[in-house]
Amino acid sequence: MSTTVVNTGTEGKTWGGATKPLNASYGKMMMWFFIVSDALTFSGFLAAYGFSRFKFIDSWPIADEVFTHFPFLHGVNAPMYYVAFMTFVLIMSSVTMVLAVDAGHHLNKSKVTIYMFLTIIGGVIFVGSQAWEWGTFIKGDYGAVQTKGGNILQFVDTEGHRVALRDFVVADPHAERTQHDRKGGLWFVSEGTLPTYTVEEVVHGLEAHNNVLVRTQIINEAGEKTVLSRAESLKQIKENGKVVVEGANLHVNEYGSPLFADFFFFITGFHGFHVFSGVIINIIIFFNVILGTYERRKNYEMVEKVGLYWHFVDLVWVFVFTFFYLV
Amino acid sequence: MAHEHKLEIFRGLVKFKSNTQKIWGVLIFLTVVTIVEVVLGILKPESLMGQVLGMKALNWIFIILTIVKAYYITWDFMHMRDEVKALRRMVVWTAIFLILYLIFILLQEGGYVFDVYKDGFIKRDF
Repeated sequence: MSTTVVNTGTEGKTWGGATKPLNASYGKMMMWFFIVSDALTFSGFLAAYGFSRFKFIDSWPIADEVFTHFPFLHGVNAPMYYVAFMTFVLIMSSVTMVLAVDAGHHLNKSKVTIYMFLTIIGGVIFVGSQAWEWGTFIKGDYGAVQTKGGNILQFVDTEGHRVALRDFVVADPHAERTQHDRKGGLWFVSEGTLPTYTVEEVVHGLEAHNNVLVRTQIINEAGEKTVLSRAESLKQIKENGKVVVEGANLHVNEYGSPLFADFFFFITGFHGFHVFSGVIINIIIFFNVILGTYERRKNYEMVEKVGLYWHFVDLVWVFVFTFFYLV
Repeated sequence: MAHEHKLEIFRGLVKFKSNTQKIWGVLIFLTVVTIVEVVLGILKPESLMGQVLGMKALNWIFIILTIVKAYYITWDFMHMRDEVKALRRMVVWTAIFLILYLIFILLQEGGYVFDVYKDGFIKRDF
């Protein structure tokens, strides 16, 4: 049949067919598009964090005062050193990943194996560090009192150093209040772990220690949290103190606004989940490399595609690091 | 498969002999940037605490350094530098446009809600 169109007039042009305009395989291109959509998800989280922070711009917790711990160095004030270490571990594992990709281009199986292994180790160290970071954050350190309106009142000495509740509050040994649970006879009531102290005990402790003052959430012009006078401190705790808060969860948070803890759990949790799944995928690819799957294929592009995902996880962490810990 | 890598960074200021060498070079650069960020974050120099465009100058420095790091991770570790222009623009411009749009709207709204609490009749300080 001579009616079939055999000539479109676009032959030889970029999108005229029979060429590869993007010069990338289907899998690699789709990995890039997945990364774009995942980047937008993380941007949604971080922008929502920005929204809440701008909403409470004069009372948001100061990250330097929240993340001050370093493993095995108890009581040492080390703001951000551990997160900086985590950032470095992740960048380092990105480097071993890109070296694995490079070795794959040269079809060098043993080098790909070594570098993939190092990448997995880096990922595991990072996830472990994040678990430790969560543990420290949840456990808390100093304790605080939450007011009826949900504001957090912390304690400092006259020089402005933080004072922990355990340093000036004495628990009443005759306190009768115990945690409600089902086996206590009240089958219809349940509640979370009770704080170590009650608000009344905090009031007694505060009255007994003249050098302890209350610090509110409000950030003053010098960029520091406001410290109340002695009289004001007693008045605030007595009139407004409602719950003693130790550590952080999704409802309360001894560091300040509960939203800070919510976003911390959501954003670092979602990122940690990405790192975790990245480690799993890397392990699968690692075994494929050992088994020689890509050697037989004469093509290590699978390593490259997984590498893109792994670098993306690193990329997101760079932003989380800035917006959660630095800014 | 033949793989061509562009081995120049900083617009040709630094040239590397091999891809592996470039990777280590970029690692050194990223490490230096991270160290600068952490040092600035701990010292908080008084001269950088002034307000520039509604934010502390120091925060602007952090954000710019972050974008610089993101650029080198994407361009050199993810090999965006070696992709064709069409793919690069599809990925980068789409993301940047949508993210800027989202950030503008949410931060604007957040600032507005703050003003309502501050100047309006809604009270939450009790």
